[in-house]
Amino acid sequence: MTRKQKRMAVIAGGVSFIMAAVLLVMFAFSQSVAYFFMPGDLKTAQISPGTRIRLGGLVEAGSVQRGAGSTVSFTVTDGTSTVPVSYTGILPDLFREGQGVVTEGAFDAASHSFVADSVLAKHDENYMPKEVADRLKKDGVWEDGSGKGMAPAKEKPAKVETTGATKP
Amino acid sequence: MIIEIAHFALVLALAVALILSVVPVIGAVRRDAAMMAMASTGSLVLFSLVAFSFGVLTWAYVVSDFSVKNVWENSHSLMPLLYKYTGVWGNHEGSMLLWLLIIVLFSALVVMFGKNLPETLKANVLAVQAWIASAFLMFILLTSNPFTRLDPAPAEGQDLNPILQDFGLAIHPPLLYLGYVGFSVCFSFAVAALIEGRIDAAWARWVRPWTLAAWTFLTAGIAMGSYWAYYELGWGGWWFWDPVENASFMPWLAGTALLHSAIVMEKREALKIWTVLLAIMTFSLSLLGTFLVRSGVLTSVHAFATDPSRGIFILGILTLFIGGAFALFAWRAPRLKSGGLFQPISREGALVLNNLILTVACATVLTGTLYPLVLETITGEKISVGAPFFNLSFGLLMIPLMIAVPFGPLLAWKRADLLGAMQRLYAVVGLAFLAGLVLYYIENGGPVMAALGLAMACYLMLGALADLWYRANFGKLAFNVAWRRLVGLPRSAFGTALAHFGLGVTVLGIIIVSTYETETVLEMKQGMTAEAGGYSLVFDGMRHAVGPNYTDDQGHFSISKNGVVVADTWSSKRLYTARRMPTTEAGIVTFWLSQLYVSLGDPMDDGGIVVRIWWKPFILCIWGGCLIMMLGGFVSLSDRRLRVGAPSRKAKVAKPVKSVMEPAE
Repeated sequence: MTRKQKRMAVIAGGVSFIMAAVLLVMFAFSQSVAYFFMPGDLKTAQISPGTRIRLGGLVEAGSVQRGAGSTVSFTVTDGTSTVPVSYTGILPDLFREGQGVVTEGAFDAASHSFVADSVLAKHDENYMPKEVADRLKKDGVWEDGSGKGMAPAKEKPAKVETTGATKP
Repeated sequence: MIIEIAHFALVLALAVALILSVVPVIGAVRRDAAMMAMASTGSLVLFSLVAFSFGVLTWAYVVSDFSVKNVWENSHSLMPLLYKYTGVWGNHEGSMLLWLLIIVLFSALVVMFGKNLPETLKANVLAVQAWIASAFLMFILLTSNPFTRLDPAPAEGQDLNPILQDFGLAIHPPLLYLGYVGFSVCFSFAVAALIEGRIDAAWARWVRPWTLAAWTFLTAGIAMGSYWAYYELGWGGWWFWDPVENASFMPWLAGTALLHSAIVMEKREALKIWTVLLAIMTFSLSLLGTFLVRSGVLTSVHAFATDPSRGIFILGILTLFIGGAFALFAWRAPRLKSGGLFQPISREGALVLNNLILTVACATVLTGTLYPLVLETITGEKISVGAPFFNLSFGLLMIPLMIAVPFGPLLAWKRADLLGAMQRLYAVVGLAFLAGLVLYYIENGGPVMAALGLAMACYLMLGALADLWYRANFGKLAFNVAWRRLVGLPRSAFGTALAHFGLGVTVLGIIIVSTYETETVLEMKQGMTAEAGGYSLVFDGMRHAVGPNYTDDQGHFSISKNGVVVADTWSSKRLYTARRMPTTEAGIVTFWLSQLYVSLGDPMDDGGIVVRIWWKPFILCIWGGCLIMMLGGFVSLSDRRLRVGAPSRKAKVAKPVKSVMEPAE
């Protein structure tokens, strides 16, 4: 091969590697991206059983029921609609009734209930997942009285009141 | 009073930094020695001022001065002393101050070790460092002042976030920042070279030690953060592909590429423009990481800031520096002369392949991290890109890289013999496959991927050893002669071998843990037994304990093998009283390289408790491998050829080196 041909071969190799990487990224996106929904969205969105989604909202007060072993069921609400969720495993430290939650999983074909395989827990004293907080704020169900992480405690009472007001 | 003086010192530091940003550059253009010399003095003054402020803030934490708002928000008089020290950077304001301290520390180090840098280059480098310092000083003074007072002073503080009350906070952020911010020196060197429009192999020789030091600290910082998350969060995971983790991982990938491309530039004067670009990109990714973590666009353990003005400010800094640097690059890069030609099959070629794969992998991580943010901004749709995406895309991209790693050091510069290198690796490949087959046999089949993965890890480890073997010429020379040659090899050779070996160890840990770990979730009552990893765990019951600033519900487990009790552990649910925040303190028992990991869930009505038990075989290899990589970095750094500030053979006295470690063996 001449020098020019060699250089072309190297460039072609590099470009095809990058193309392969791009295709790989697109394929991986199509396989593993989970969309975020709140209970109210599910009426309009058609989600076939088995499709992985993220379901977020507030854990309805009084809905948490512990079943056999470590299976827990609870209801996720956005103030108007509710979705029953079941989950097997240890709930995060900050999982509480009336608090925000994001679960990831899929609808079961047989029972039509949402089976979560992970309950998202970001470690934050005023746990309110960002996606949930944004939506609830928009819908006026919840107010951001507390912020994230290092928020001063003086704002805590305000938050307790607003979360108390989630029951319609 | 001293608090106000510290605040004033920061304002003064800004003034110094602003002068430092301009005067040395003019000095370099005019070849004015006095103006250029100001850069050195000024950088030391700047460091002293910032160090003083930082010291005062630390003092305010230690004496629990709650009249300082930042101390009140993040400390408590009952908190153990260690956490009073580390609490300084366990919050937004303090951690930005640490960021700043480290950037001016690096400027001061450039002054100290850069005695034989050309005057103009040194002046420009320090000026660019001062630009960055000015930007962050303004950020701190305008949006995140740690010295705000409260009047009247509260009697008691609000306590540090319990997750952060851990020894990990003492190590992880400083190491991570030393790495993250250390790349600023490479950035400054790159921008200075662009300003001067001149770049040569000597430039690479000056930049390499800084890259190596930053890379080494970043490796340690990321590994430490991973281990901390593993034992503290109680979910048993060691890497979550969380955006914040990615934020530190991307500079690591780009920095690894930079480390390798700088070798080519130093030895062969090739890849100049690319190396400069990579230096800019690496620090840009560090800045991007700072933005992602500090702006609050992400929810995570690390997101302290909620004030949107902070996010916008950092975005401004980000745009200014990245945009500015790339504009400068586009304008000046064509002036840089490129050198050294080489054949595709050569050491240079192998390092180009390394760079290609690492940057593409870095771009993949960047895409996965930013795509949800971009999509939400454009369409309002919320998606999550999680571990499956990264495991698939990043994981597959790493395979060709790992295959190439042992080849690189065996290839000659300029033009190499691939067949020869293959012949040298026959034994390595054979042994690695054998290891895979042995695993396959022991596990009676088992996943084929695990056997292949193990073979890959062994291939990496043996390949690193083979590099030393062939360099010393074992097998051809008499053993004694070869041994003397081995001992006489430059330390950088050992550094390379150690780092590549460490990579193999980490891969080994990842493969074994992800294939053979077991997880058991069950409800246990007193006296019940559970099995994991060949061990039996007996739940002996719960007890209540009170710590300095928390209460603890602890469960005791006795661990036995073949009926003999070999260990015991406490696993607890902890409640930090000041913030009413519960945490999980997992019980972890180490058996050589493997661990049993026990974490407690919720108590049940009938007196039992949900227990989650993981068996994590070979998990310590993951971080052990990182430590070996870090060791490799230090060994390489201690190579006299690379020693910071000692590029010439005539160096008078041996400078104190960062590490006193002798090469292994």
